[in-house]
Amino acid sequence: MTIYWSSWSEFWAMGGHAFFVWMSFGALLAAIVVEIILLQVRRKRALAAIEEERDLEAEN
Amino acid sequence: MNWFYFSSPPTFYRLAGRLAPWFFILAAALAIWGLYLGLLVAPTDAQQGAVYRVIFIHVPTAWMSMFLYFVMACYCGLTLVFNTRLSAMMARAIAPTGAMFTFIALWTGSFWGRPTWGTYWVWDARLTSELVLLFLYFGFMALANAFEDPRRGDRAAALLALIGVVNLPIIYFSVQWWNTLHQGSSVSFKGTSMHVTMLTGMLVMSFAAWMYAIGATLVRVRSVILEREHRAQWVRGPGVA
Repeated sequence: MTIYWSSWSEFWAMGGHAFFVWMSFGALLAAIVVEIILLQVRRKRALAAIEEERDLEAEN
Repeated sequence: MNWFYFSSPPTFYRLAGRLAPWFFILAAALAIWGLYLGLLVAPTDAQQGAVYRVIFIHVPTAWMSMFLYFVMACYCGLTLVFNTRLSAMMARAIAPTGAMFTFIALWTGSFWGRPTWGTYWVWDARLTSELVLLFLYFGFMALANAFEDPRRGDRAAALLALIGVVNLPIIYFSVQWWNTLHQGSSVSFKGTSMHVTMLTGMLVMSFAAWMYAIGATLVRVRSVILEREHRAQWVRGPGVA
């Protein structure tokens, strides 16, 4: 379980393939962040809609 | 144990809320372990160089893209046969996460392909059938929301999902059936330490993706339940928000 790289700069450089490796890992990270934000937005909207309906019914 | 107890939306809503955080915690722990193995411990491949490390997210996301479609199709089957409400809601909750994994599998494959094949995209059987999978997810979501009556959307989308199952064996066996640029399923590397670390890292990352998918689906199904049951009394009760 020894670390393969001898330095952090070597790790980030990915043997010259940095662009391809980090575009891949970065895209997955971005997709997960976006999905989690969208999940929260959807939940807030669903709860707000229920709240709104309840208020409307209370008025009538 | 009465399984129908959990198929009632209010009961499942609460159960999903209690379970979801644990799946995210498990996913995060597995991802840290898997990324440690894949990015830091595993040695660089002699032939492909460091770009092969994309495998640690490419293969898990590609597996999940197919597995989630299969699970979604099973829920669709339940919807069509038993007309159950929760199964249709689960299918709707799985689709966006499945589409996300499909997109990432295509994207990472593309960035892996450029330095290894010299191209970002090729109309090869494996790549094309995976792209069809992405369109099936989009079609499912569009069709599910295309009707005034959500129950009709459920059934129409379920039918599409079941027809689309044909695509799964096509994706899986495409590398055997056709002469593809995409490499076959058996990846062999020289040296056993390499093989073991690579396989372990890939499996750990796959479990992480799996746990994340369950967590995201459980969170989303709670919103779907609220959207669909908004007229029911229980959504105004305690413990919902």
